[in-house]
Order: sequence, then C-alpha cells, then structure tokens
Amino acid sequence: MQMLADVEKPEVAETKATISARDVSVYYGDKKALNGVSLDILKNQITSLIGPSGCGKSTFLRCLNRMNDTVDGCRVEGTITLDGQDIYSPKVDEVLLRARVGMVFQKPNPFPKSIYDNVAYAPRIHGLARSKDDLDEIVLSSLEKAGLLAEVRDRLHSSGTGLSGGQQQRLCIARALAVQPEIILMDEPCSALDPIATAKVEELIEDLRNNYTIVIVTHSMQQAARISQKTAFFHMGEIVEVGDTEKLFTSPSDERTQGYITGRFG
Amino acid sequence: MTDTANLPKKSLFREDQDSPNLLRRRRSEKTFRRLGLSAIWIALALLATLFFSIVSKGYSAFVYTTITLPVHFDEKVIDPKGTRTLDDLRSASYGSIIRDTLQTEFPEVTSRKELRGLFSVLSKGAANELREMVIANPDLIGQTLPVALTANDDLDMLNKGYILRDVPEGDRRVKDTEMGWFDQLDAKGAVEIKFNSRFFTGGDSREPEMAGIWGAIVGSFYTLLTTFLISFPIAVMSAIYLEEFAPKNKITDLIEVNINNLAAVPSIVFGLLGLALFLNVAHLPRSAPIVGGLTLALMTLPTIIIAARASIRAVPDSIRNAALGLGASKQQSVFHHVLPLSMPGIMTGTIIGLSQALGETAPLLMIGMVAFIVDIPGAVMDPATVLPVQVFLWADSPERAFVEKTSGAILVLLGFLVIMNAIAVVLRKKFERRW
Repeated sequence: MQMLADVEKPEVAETKATISARDVSVYYGDKKALNGVSLDILKNQITSLIGPSGCGKSTFLRCLNRMNDTVDGCRVEGTITLDGQDIYSPKVDEVLLRARVGMVFQKPNPFPKSIYDNVAYAPRIHGLARSKDDLDEIVLSSLEKAGLLAEVRDRLHSSGTGLSGGQQQRLCIARALAVQPEIILMDEPCSALDPIATAKVEELIEDLRNNYTIVIVTHSMQQAARISQKTAFFHMGEIVEVGDTEKLFTSPSDERTQGYITGRFG
Repeated sequence: MTDTANLPKKSLFREDQDSPNLLRRRRSEKTFRRLGLSAIWIALALLATLFFSIVSKGYSAFVYTTITLPVHFDEKVIDPKGTRTLDDLRSASYGSIIRDTLQTEFPEVTSRKELRGLFSVLSKGAANELREMVIANPDLIGQTLPVALTANDDLDMLNKGYILRDVPEGDRRVKDTEMGWFDQLDAKGAVEIKFNSRFFTGGDSREPEMAGIWGAIVGSFYTLLTTFLISFPIAVMSAIYLEEFAPKNKITDLIEVNINNLAAVPSIVFGLLGLALFLNVAHLPRSAPIVGGLTLALMTLPTIIIAARASIRAVPDSIRNAALGLGASKQQSVFHHVLPLSMPGIMTGTIIGLSQALGETAPLLMIGMVAFIVDIPGAVMDPATVLPVQVFLWADSPERAFVEKTSGAILVLLGFLVIMNAIAVVLRKKFERRW
C-alpha cells in the first residue's frame, strides 16, 4: 500500500508512530462511515485530516479517543493502537485513554464556570494537584501554554463563557493541556473563529507541536498546508492519499486529491 | 397568478388596493387577531370573576365579631380550694362564669327557654377563651374586667350582613330576641369587628367562629414534605438514568411511553392504589400525612420525571463531550456538569408538580384524609387534614358561617399556589441559560 510506503520513508523513520490505525471501519447503524482506513500518527508532528464534508475524517478522529462510544449504534472494526496497546480492547479504560488523548472540539465549549475552574476541572478529577498551589501552578501554566494567560490574568474568576470566540477556543485548548495529554485531537478548531482568532490559534498549535502530538481535522486546505507536517486526504470514507504535507499539496499522486486541493469539488 | 401581478404599479398605500385576493388576506388576518384577542379577554374575565367571587365571599373570614363584657373571674367558681394548680384551673366550669356574666348584663331575662337563647349570644368557645386567659395569668382570679369574647357565628353573620334583618323571623337563623340583645350590646359599644388571628393559628372546629386553618396548613406541609422527599430523588435518578445511561431500545421506549401515560392517569386512581398499598398492605395509619404524601408522590413522580428529562436533554452535548474529552467518566460528566446545569429546570418542574399535589383532593379522600381533625399534627404519622380537603369539608358543612371559611381557606390555598408558582418562575428566570 502506498501510504505505508510513505510512512516508512527514511526522513520520518526516526519519529516513531504513537497511534497506528489498521483497517478501521466504522458503522453508524447500517451505514458505513469509514471503510478500511489505515493511518500512522507520528510523535511530535501535526497530522491534518482533510476532505469534503461527510468523508469520515471527524469520525476517524473521534475513534482515536473512543468518543464514538457515546454515539448510539456506532460500531468500530479494525485495530487502533496507542504505543502498541489496542485501545479498543475490552480491558481498556476509556477514561484513562481520554486523559492521554485529549480533544478540542469544533465549537468552543467552555463549561459555564469561571476561567480558573474550566482549566482546573480535569486536574481536580484526575487528582493531578496535591495542593491548592499545585493546582494554581497547573492552571496558570496551561493558560500560559495556550497563550491566554496575558489576556485573562486579572479575571481568572470571571465566567469562561464571557470570553470572545477565539479566547474560548484557546481556553478549551488550555483545559485540554491541563490534563497533560500526549496527543491532542482537534476537530476543526478554527471553523467557528474569525481570521485573526484563527491566526492566533494556528500559531498556538504550531508552538504545541514541540511537546505534543497533534491530529487536526480541517476544512481549510491553507490551514493544513500552513501548520501540518503530514496530511491525509479522506474521500467517501476512505483515505485516498496520505503523505508529507508539502508533497501532497504540490504534487498529489491521485487525481481526486488534485481535484480537491485545486477546488474542483468538495 | 400572484397577488402583486394585478396591482397598479404606482401605489403602495393600502386604501388604493382593490385586488380581492389581497382584501381577503387582510380580512382573514384581522379576524384571526380579533379572535385571539377575544379568547384572551374571555379567559381573563373568567379569572377575574373567579377571584372576585372568592375574595368577596372570603375576605370576611379574616375578621370576626367580638362582644366585650365585664367578666368577674369568681374564685368560688374557678378555684374554690385555692390550690391554683393547673389541673384545677383547667377543669373549672368557665361556662358558668359566661352564663353569670350574660345574666348580669340582661337581668330581665329569667325564663329557662329565653336564657338558653341568651347564652347562645356568645360562642361555645368563649368559655375556652376564659380558660386560656386564666391559665396564662392566674392572678386574674377574683378580679372583674372587660373581656372581648367571640360572638356566636350566627350573630357574626348578622353583624357582617350575611343574615338579613328583613327576612321573616321563622326563616331566619337569628331570632328577634337574640337580635334585640345583640343590638343592645351594639348600642353600648360592646360589639367590635377584629382581625381573626385564630383563623390562621387554630385547628378545625365544629363551631365556625372557632375554626382555623393552621391544622390544614401544617398537614399540607407534612404531606408535601413526604411527597418531595419521596418523589424528588426517585424522579431525578430515573430521569438521569433514562436520559444519560439507559440504552435506547424497545424497553426504554416502553418505559418512556408508560411514564407519559402515568402522568395522564386520573388522580383518584392513585388514591385507590394508595389505599390498597399503603393502608391495606403496609398498614400505615389512616388519615396521616405519610400516607397522603406517599400517594401524592406516586402522582407527582411522572410529572417530575418528564420535566427533569426535558431539562437534562436541554443541556447541549458539547458540555458532555467537553467533560468526556477531558477524561471524566460518564458519571462525573453527569454529576459535575449536566445535573447542575439542568437543576433549575428540574426544580421548576418539581415545584409545579408539588403545587399540583398541594391542590389535590380526590386521592386523599380515597385514603381517608377526610376525617375531622381538631389537633394540629405534630409529625407525619399524626392524623391530619390538608388545605383542599379542609375546603371540601367546610364546603360540605351546613352552617352559613362555613361559607366564608371555605372561601377564606381557598384564598389561603391560592396564596400558597401563587407563591410556589412564583418561585418556579423566579428560578427559571434567574438561572435560565441560553446555549
């Protein structure tokens, strides 16, 4: 298979795959949403998933931390491993999995609580902070990493829903960072934001790359081209093409990819 | 063919239009608005009539007629042995003091028959009023001082104008002689109308002028407390389980349909169930708030479940996803986020369910809460009555004076209902969240 060949190219061989999906199919009831998808997510890289609406890229993303479990009638086949462990094994605690694989959603969804409590929620339930000072430390550093601290330092205890859309999304990222995940899944994180907020979030995502592995679903091909190292193009529930972002956007090998990135469909 | 195609091109003014289509459309819109408006006016008029009727009949229940007479607290009658013990003070014949007082006031009355009429000028409870005064302050014994005593209910009715003086004596509850004595007392300035605090602090009584609503209020309180403690946790737990945890399949569909059906079951059926279950099987005490509360809890459960489910469903999935995405367990996401956010809605539904229960009579009649109870209940196992049943009991009583008591009790009941619904509205307004 072509994409496996891509993965094993010498220049990426030194970064090992943290998540490998093999032959993953997803059904919603009788409807097949994903058909035999295989993909490797490499450590400390940004992998973007692109494709037209309904192509299955969000479905695939939600498989990676088992968020699809909450959807009635959803069934996942194939294997997905995180550092070699099958995440769909019945022995796996999906709560532990989601603590290691964080998620940022399309629409900013801060809890209707204070900014501080939004970020502090996950450390509290996971018992990450031993004292009040520990917790303060985690909250402040997470906000700092999400580039939001300067803007909210003097109103940490005002409501998170009172922030602007872009700030809310960065708050959601800070909240995800506070769990200290290894991998962050982002489902079109900028689609509800204006261009300036988008630019800030993109900048943030690029910064995060140093410490985290990021998988991002995006409708914006420019965004995929700007921030990601690797891109997978989904179409009709399958991966059509996957490879280095630069190569995929400059010389796609499949004509459907060519058609999509030049705007002929999708 | 469109409306606008036929119109003269120039004018946009309404009066220049003559297309029949346009005219018909305008007419039908006007008719609809008028119908809607008149429907609202009719509803308001009916409501106003109801309130006017109840208030005009009921306000006089809050005042009562007193007759002030110089009472001699005769030591020979009250405490001949001079012990001043509570038992002696309690068992003394205060009725004879009342009779002596009235006789000194009207020395010309001598015949046995006339005397009986004279003694009925004051309420049968007047002796009790004296007893309470003496027990509270034994120093009164031996003194003579003016005391405001409750008038008989018929004279109260006469004084308030409900018994008409121009009705022939044979058709009137108050005889001419009694009216004469009453007028003499009135002329002396002994007759007064006072605020009837006993109506709000006393229990039920056979004597309308002595009857109060506090027993029913306390009974209602204990009943509703039982209802709340039973139905709220069960209903909220069921709603959470059904909305958040239960798989969506045929069985849960069936449960849902049945809950909706239960909400529509006539309340008397719940009364029968309560009778069979709590009295015949569990042998709980009859006429006790615990049985009433349990029965009303059965009735309130579906209402709260439905309200709670709607309110839980209104919390957007994005909140659940956010919590799950951070590694919260399903239970944590529900109890940390979904439940707190849906609580205002659940509370609103609960209050509305409880105010339904507060106004419910039929199921309580089935479980024997219709007994005549004088004592104020002190716990959920004590015999008690509740406000709507008190209304029912008084409405059933023959005395004219119970008519105003009935309306007065309805006013109190409506007052509580309005307060509860107002709390529900305030809760909803205050905590309402738009997503």
